[in-house]
Amino acid sequence: MASISPYGKRFISYLRREQIRKLLATKYRIDGRGPDQIRDVEIKTGVVKTADGSAEVRLGKTHVVAGVKVGLGQPFPDAPDEGVLVVNAEVLPHASPYTEVGPPDESAIELARVVDRGIRHCGYVDFKKLAVEGGKAYVLWIDLYVINDDGNLVDAANLASVAALKNTQLPTAVKDDAGAVKLDRNNRSPLPVEAAKAPVAVSVGKIGNVLFLDPTFEEELSLDGRITFTFSEDRIVAAQKTLGSFTQAELETALNLAQKGREKFLETLKSVI
Amino acid sequence: MKKPPVPLLQNGVRADGRAPDQMREVKISVGVVSNADGSAMVSYGTTTAVAAVYGPREMHPRHLSLPDRGVMRVRYHMAPFSTKDERKSPTPSRREIEISKVLREALEPAIVLEQYPRSRIDVFVEILQADGSTRVASLTAASLALADAGIYMRDLVIGVSVGLVDGTVVLDLNGLEDQYGEGDLPVGYMPNLKRFTLLQLDGAWTREAFLQALNLAVRGAEYVYQIARDALKTKYMSIAEEIYGR
Repeated sequence: MASISPYGKRFISYLRREQIRKLLATKYRIDGRGPDQIRDVEIKTGVVKTADGSAEVRLGKTHVVAGVKVGLGQPFPDAPDEGVLVVNAEVLPHASPYTEVGPPDESAIELARVVDRGIRHCGYVDFKKLAVEGGKAYVLWIDLYVINDDGNLVDAANLASVAALKNTQLPTAVKDDAGAVKLDRNNRSPLPVEAAKAPVAVSVGKIGNVLFLDPTFEEELSLDGRITFTFSEDRIVAAQKTLGSFTQAELETALNLAQKGREKFLETLKSVI
Repeated sequence: MKKPPVPLLQNGVRADGRAPDQMREVKISVGVVSNADGSAMVSYGTTTAVAAVYGPREMHPRHLSLPDRGVMRVRYHMAPFSTKDERKSPTPSRREIEISKVLREALEPAIVLEQYPRSRIDVFVEILQADGSTRVASLTAASLALADAGIYMRDLVIGVSVGLVDGTVVLDLNGLEDQYGEGDLPVGYMPNLKRFTLLQLDGAWTREAFLQALNLAVRGAEYVYQIARDALKTKYMSIAEEIYGR
């Protein structure tokens, strides 16, 4: 398993790319937004009744569904008194003409791991409350389904995960007659989350020397750089450069811009958590 | 946060005796794999990475080749015996797949791939011993191996990690600090172009700590860069001596 430059797989016409880039040099974008504007965000929770928790996010035309399933399992050896989080992302073959059928590729794995790192240590979910007696622990499986990819999957997937966790009803852990611990799905309580600590991921794209929020799919194919910051309260809890290179000054500007973006995402997120 | 077995920082001294802004001993040698077109071994303390470069060579499968530029293939992999605890399965983990991608994207900005149409450049990095900061040691090793292979490059990419330990920003995390510290920020930096090509962050950082960490990372990278340059020179000076004598 090795990572291969993917340029051959996804492409945009040269003319379209130049149009996007030239327009951005004047701080205008192909869809009429300014650099610090995000697309319309819509978050719905409880969209999948069979899941223990779910949410659906539409960020412009990007469409991501997050489903949470709760299981019982072994805690990690270095955290025996804590619950377990597993984040998996599938970019469906529906999502774009460039997506292939098959197990998650490196981009999907990276997407899942960046979302995972945002949630894991920020305190939004208190994993200490997810230990189960008898040395077991609740396992929170978050499966992210990308149904339509119009760019900026990380920000959308993060919002979907945070909303789906808030929506999660934890099955009660009970002992059966033989003394084994099992989950009772008819008897549930809401998963405790601390709304004030909700992690918000904000990606910043770079074309030329212009930095901008919430890149679309077309813009992603024209980028010189991209970095994602995840914030919780006044802290940065995760970051990942996913394309190109940045000077120190650009990183600081990107951080400021991302903090602005966080406020905008929070406006919508607050209504569901 | 879990409690570490020993205090990570006491009176400004770290558990292994270092100052907060001090690297572990950095050892670099170039040309360690004779069959490869380029190679390098980099140690940050006990963390050891070996990189080998093959290429430019023909791209297989052909449909993945590009008419206007070369393609890079990067593999980061940990030896089953490289970790302190149980044997690590040799099957690539999700972590290794992610790091392979992140390393490729950290190297690509430094390489003039337009010089190599229809070709492939392979970079293989193996971690022999892991004690924190493995991805950044890999990055330094990979960029030196590429330079050793004579690949057109805009700059070397130097990897260093910075972290947050007991509220203090420290350079070059070891395994203990990685496990019990409050934050981890691996960085790839091109010292001449002054650009970051790898940046990941984990933990809980204030804005000030983050910006301070970037400064420390730059200083760390500039320090390692001198050692890396000397290692490259040493190899080529020894060849010159063989050919021309002293």
